[in-house]
Amino acid sequence: MSILLETKGLEKKFGKTLALAGIDLQIESGKIVGLLGPNGSGKTTLIKLANGLLTPTKGEILVAGKQPGIESKRVVAYLPDKNYLNDWMKVADLVKFFADFYLDFQITAAEEMLDNLQIDKNSSLKALSKGTKEKVQLILVMSRKAELYLLDEPIAGVDPAARDYILNTILTNYNPEASVIISTHLIADVEQILDEVIFIKNGKITLHSTVDAIREEKNMSVDALFREEFKC
Amino acid sequence: MGWKFSNDKPIFAQIIDQVELMIISGQYVLGDRLLSVRDMATEAGVNPNTMQKALTELEKKGLLLTNRTNGKFITDDQELVQQIRAEKAVKYIAQLLKNMHSLGYGKKEIQEIFNKQMEELGA
Repeated sequence: MSILLETKGLEKKFGKTLALAGIDLQIESGKIVGLLGPNGSGKTTLIKLANGLLTPTKGEILVAGKQPGIESKRVVAYLPDKNYLNDWMKVADLVKFFADFYLDFQITAAEEMLDNLQIDKNSSLKALSKGTKEKVQLILVMSRKAELYLLDEPIAGVDPAARDYILNTILTNYNPEASVIISTHLIADVEQILDEVIFIKNGKITLHSTVDAIREEKNMSVDALFREEFKC
Repeated sequence: MGWKFSNDKPIFAQIIDQVELMIISGQYVLGDRLLSVRDMATEAGVNPNTMQKALTELEKKGLLLTNRTNGKFITDDQELVQQIRAEKAVKYIAQLLKNMHSLGYGKKEIQEIFNKQMEELGA
């Protein structure tokens, strides 16, 4: 078992706003982890720091033992919270594009998932609905054989049936050498597939525990605990 | 096989319960081979580590056996299955009594209702 993501006193400021207020975190391999917090709690900031899209104000973040950079990106599959693909490209072209770009991309896996979700490979991205675009993005990310998957809101925009399929894909892809971090506020939907949950609030980690431990100690689901903890 | 999970108990504990029930009720045939941990996790829609944890507990109880090369098997120990069946029966009755007490029924009343229902159901 190795540590795939580690932060020490990680802090990020945007101007005067403190987005992350000193985070200490360790994620081992072989885990599916939920990063849970209300809007503006720092989830996306943490994921972007792990991807090297932001640099820390203070502290340190290591991905598979390395500072975020070319080497770490090789082993990280990242699903951003926004659509970043070229709208004019066809789905089939995007698959080729990803296969060119990432050594660990599995074309057959991507095609199988596209077929299962009945997505037309000859359609340009522009012609697809918002939800279908999100599915395409997620398929591209999950078709890599990465060590760390960072999924920022992967199921927010898709219908419940596709949600089940996607969660199932994450389960079938499970590999003891790899870990998946899912940021979401749709907790009830993901709870069953998670090992661990991290609650994040105002840039601080308020809880890092296993789903089973939470249910055992509190006799309630993670979803219920979240609603209690983050009551407005 | 339809797995269903509630929100108030750890998932691995619910898996243990459900597998026990399937063995007792004969849905899982004694001595049969079980699916792989990964396939079972996918089928149930749960994390593979959670499934592993539940199956390990069932192994400790003796309900599952691991064969190094062939995966996991369901026990063929009839006696053990009967013993666990009896344990479950006591647990169910205890729960029933607890519910009845919370409704304010006493021992005698419970017995009356119980007998009447048994008759009506033709059991």
